[in-house]
Order: sequence, then C-alpha cells, then structure tokens
Amino acid sequence: MAILLIVLPLAMAALAVAIPWKRVRPWIVLAGGSAHLVVVALALGSVENVSALDGRLKLDPLGELFLVLISVIFFFCSLYAPGYLALRPGRPNRSLCACMLATLALMTLVTLAHDLGLMWVAMEAITLATALNIYFNHTHRALEATWKYLLICSVGIALALFGSFFLAYAAYYKSFTATLDFEELLRMAKWRELEAQWLQAAFVMLLAGYGTKMGLAPMHTWKPDAYGEAPGLVGALLACCVTSCAFLAILRFFAILSAAGQASFARELLLFLGLLSMAVGAVFLVRQRDFKRMLAYSSVEQMGILAFGLGVGGSLALVGVLLHLINNALTKAVLFLSAGNIHRAFESKNAAEVHGALRALPLSGGAFLAGFLAITGSPPFGPFLSEFTILRGAIAEHAFVAAAIFLILLAVVFVGMGATVLRVVQGEPASPALTGRYRDRLATAGPVVAMMALVLVLGVYIPPPLEQMLREAANYVEGL
Amino acid sequence: MNATFEQLLIVVLAVNFLVIGAGKLRTAIHGVAIQGALVGALPLLMHDLPDDDLYKLVRTLVLSGGTIILKGIVVPACLIYAKREADIRHEARPTIGSIPSLFLATIGISLSVVLSRHLIVDDTQQKTLLVPASLATAFCGFLILTTRKMAINQVVGYLVLENGVYLFGMLLLDALPALVEIGALLDLFTGVFVMGIIIHQINREFASISTEYLTELKD
Repeated sequence: MAILLIVLPLAMAALAVAIPWKRVRPWIVLAGGSAHLVVVALALGSVENVSALDGRLKLDPLGELFLVLISVIFFFCSLYAPGYLALRPGRPNRSLCACMLATLALMTLVTLAHDLGLMWVAMEAITLATALNIYFNHTHRALEATWKYLLICSVGIALALFGSFFLAYAAYYKSFTATLDFEELLRMAKWRELEAQWLQAAFVMLLAGYGTKMGLAPMHTWKPDAYGEAPGLVGALLACCVTSCAFLAILRFFAILSAAGQASFARELLLFLGLLSMAVGAVFLVRQRDFKRMLAYSSVEQMGILAFGLGVGGSLALVGVLLHLINNALTKAVLFLSAGNIHRAFESKNAAEVHGALRALPLSGGAFLAGFLAITGSPPFGPFLSEFTILRGAIAEHAFVAAAIFLILLAVVFVGMGATVLRVVQGEPASPALTGRYRDRLATAGPVVAMMALVLVLGVYIPPPLEQMLREAANYVEGL
Repeated sequence: MNATFEQLLIVVLAVNFLVIGAGKLRTAIHGVAIQGALVGALPLLMHDLPDDDLYKLVRTLVLSGGTIILKGIVVPACLIYAKREADIRHEARPTIGSIPSLFLATIGISLSVVLSRHLIVDDTQQKTLLVPASLATAFCGFLILTTRKMAINQVVGYLVLENGVYLFGMLLLDALPALVEIGALLDLFTGVFVMGIIIHQINREFASISTEYLTELKD
C-alpha cells in the first residue's frame, strides 16, 4: 500500500510526459489526484499495513494527518487544473502536469519516510520538481523568481542535510551506532543516548534548513517572488502542501528533542522565529499592492503562527497548531486559486488597477474576501478556532508577553491585508480593465467555493474522526 | 584513518582557496571538479576495504565510482558547456573581491577548526581532520554562493557547499542506507540539470548569465 501511494502518482506523471495530447494532460492530473485520494482513504482503514522497505516507510499518526491533508488539497487543485489550463492554451503544459504529479508522489514519500535521510532526499527532490513550475509563465520576472527559489532552497536543504548528519552523529558520538531511523532516534533520545551538544547543533541546522523551505523569516525571501510569479495553482500547492511537508520535518525533529529533554531549547528558537516571521509578514503586508505577493507575506506570517504555537509548548497549543495547519492550508488554497481567477479576469495583480472583483466575479471575488476574513482569524471560520486555541495554549503556559505580541501582530496583519483585499473586491470594475476572457465558471470557481465551505464547517464543527486524528498526532509528537 | 586520507583532506581544503581565488571561470570549474573527485575517492581510503563482506565492498566501490564520475566529470562538463554557450570567461563584478574573499575563507577555516575542537572531546575522533574540513568547505561554498554574480559561479559555490556536507557524511558511512546515498547523488545531478536549464534561459533572455539583471522583484 505504501509503495502504491508513491508509485501511482509517479506512473501518472510518466503518462503525462508520454502522451502528446495537451488537452488530455490536465485530466491525467485530475485522475492522479482522485486515485491518490481513494488509495489514502483505503490506507486509513488498515494503517498498520502501510509499511515498506523494512519499516523505512511507515504511516504513523503524525504522517497520517499530513498525508490526508496533502491528498485532499491536491485533489481540489487537480479539480481546478483542467479549467485553468484550458484558459492558457498558449502555454505548454507537459512539464507543469508531470511535475505536479511527481510532487504529489514525493510529498507522500515525505509523510511516510521514517528514515530521515530518505525524507531529506524527497524534500530536495520536491524543490527541484516545483522549480520548473514557477517558471511556467516564461517571463523575465518568473525567471528571476525561479533562480532565487532554486538557490535559496538548495542552500537551505543542504543545511538540512548537515543537520541530519549532525543528528546521526549525536547518536554515534555516545553509543557508536549512527542512525537516521526516526523511531530508533526517539528511543535513543528517551534513554539519553544522544549527545546534547551535537543534538542542539543539529536542531539549529535543521530548523534553518527546513525553515527555509517552510518560509520562516529571515529565510523567507524566495517566497514573495515565487508565489508572486507562479500561477495560482502552483502557488496553492507550494503554500499549502510543500510548506506543510517542511513543517512535518521540523515536527519530527522537535519530537526527538522533546524526548531527549531538550524541548525548552527547541521551543525558544521556534518562538523567536515564529514571532519574527509574524512581524516580517505584518510589516510587508501593509501597503502591499501586488495581491499575489500579499498572499506570500501572509503565508510567512501563517508559518510564523505555526512556529509560535509549537514554541509556546503544551498539549493545547500543539493541538491548535495541528488544527491551524489544516485550516491554513485550506484557506490558503482558496486565496491562491481565487487570486489566480481574479488575475486572469483583470490581467493584472496590482491592487491599484484591479477593482470590483466582487461584482465582476461574484464567486471568486466572494471567496477571496471570505478567504481573507478567514485567514486573518475572523469568526466563524476555522482559522479563528485554531488561532484561539493556540492563544489559549500560550496563556495556559503563562507566556503572557508572547501572547500579547501575537495578538498585536494579528491585528496589524488584519488591517494591512484588509486595505489591499477591500481595494480589489469593492467598487465598480473599470470596463477597459476587464479585458481578460475569464468569467467565473464551475470548473475554476467550484473547487474554490467547495474549499471555502470546508473552512467554514471546520470553524463550527470538527468531525470526531478528525478530532481523534489530531489528538493522536499530538500525542505522538509528545511521546505519549 | 590512514595518512593518505588526511593528506587528501588537506588537498580538498586547499582546493577551496583555488576556487575562491580563481579569476577565470574555467579554473573555478576545474577546481570544483578536482574537489568532487577527491571527495568521491575518500571512502575508498577511509577503511581497509573488506574482502570478506562482498556487499559492502561492492557498495563502497559503486558509490565512490558514481560520485567520482558525477562530481568529477559529468557535472563539471555541464558547467564548461554552459560557460562556452554563454561565451563568458571571467566573473564580472563580485560583491567581495578575490583577496578579501581569501581572507574571509582563512578566517572561516580557522573558526571551523576551533568549533570542531569544541564539539569533539573524544581523543579517538579528534585525530581526523574530517569535521573541520567539512565545516570549512561548506563555509567556503556559502561564501562563493553569496558573493558571486555569475550564475555558473553560484552553481560552483553550491557544489563546494555540497562537497562540505558530503565530507561530514563520511563519518556516518555505515549508518546511511545505500538508498539515501544514491538518492542524494541523484538529487545533486537533477539539481545541477535544472539549474542548467534556468541558466540557459537567463542567457537567452538577457544575453548574459550575470544575475545582476535579476533585480526586478523587490518590495
């Protein structure tokens, strides 16, 4: 089953490369996304059977949560792909479709990998598979964004490999058995068989490395460029799925440090980077005219919230973080895809030129507005609940100053982002501005509205299976 | 660890200076090719090759051979090809010139030695230069990557950084599954390949491979 989950999208990617018919390829992406979702659903029925390569691939409660999230988001993106690519008949789509499916396979590998070396290989390969997608539009700006993305993320991922080696060496140093097996490292950490200094050095490197991929400040500089220049579809996959994979990696290393009794060291670093990311996001969100770059800074801020939640510690904040991961991913996908639709219709992503999106595109414009309200933590949407849980967690841990800064930064983000979003959605569309051929239709607006509905539902009701999954994943990280 | 091993490590370290001080792109690429091939050859010298364990022997030979071919021949050949296509011989205007860079590299190498002495207290492990050489090489790679403007030179920097990380991996040779090592090599190759595609596009769009032209995106 584990192998099938990875090979299936890879085979679809190979098919997308092989066939000569451009119009058929987006449907292969849809078929791949749907089939993956079905196999994931089947896998959930027998989690203990999802194992391969002598336990190097294994589905644990933490990986399970991420796998479901990635599969669901990819499914919605693949629903959107045929409608979107039909609007771009001039652009070749072989590389985009194949790389999307390959990325799905590699992300699945990250969620399953219990060998942290293998996880690293998959993360590096994701960087490469997504780089060509950023260059989809073939403009000078896209070229610049791709080069920056490639270089910054390659350096980041090299640091992560350094960190992984340090970790293995921490084990070797004390007990003469170097290993990168996650469960073995957890066991050794519990028995204090990892050398503390090397362990700390490893975490610093890993946080810098995977933090770059996640887009935490100050390693976030690739994000506005890449998200700004890539198609909304690619931006959604990067912001929702790829960053989540990087966060999964950080969670795994955090679990090892916690087991080794070094949680406070890791938490201090995470808290600092979390608040810094929120602050950087907030500063650049104010007066941001390019609404796709705005989404990138919002993503920096959201990653900051995740790091903050992990940094304050405690079970409550951890459950909040995992819930926020889901809410953020769904809402970000809504924002990126609806921003993509608005960009197509107005042929501009500058808020000074785009007005009246709500009137011109009631579904996409409405989803963009609702997505903004949700991501900034307004009730009754999902992110409100999860951000509130993180805040309660911070107060429960007596982190009052951090909680106050958290609230102030959230307020700045709301005001800063609101100014740009309202400018885009309100008013009358200037008729010459609306030159694009795009109008809202089921194929491109349907998946966006469906995801927005999910964000709303998660704000008022968390289904018991999801609640159980969250609880089990949190317990797994805490080693309970 | 035998004496040849340590001597080769010193050569690897010295190559860093060659790459940093190189005025010509060709010298820098040749430097990184030599470094890559040396790094690939080191596992062969690290332990006495086991003649009783056939799997281990084959594994070491295949991985070393693969690394030497890839890092020493294939990747540098791609870079030389890209250089010829772009018709570029020199680094244009580095942010930091060669002499100050060499000075910074010296400081970096000294710091790496101090840092590794601080981290390693065990006598048996102290003897090898592996840890300081690894940290220093990674530092030099980072230095090249951040101060050079030619896209090819930035790739050279990335390769030096990668060589530094690879050196550290040698301490853990037995722990890493062959799958991970093969995956890492494959990633490196694909990485350089993708970077090559983008360099080709940069050259086509701007008729130059200097990243100085990539300054449109900012806030």
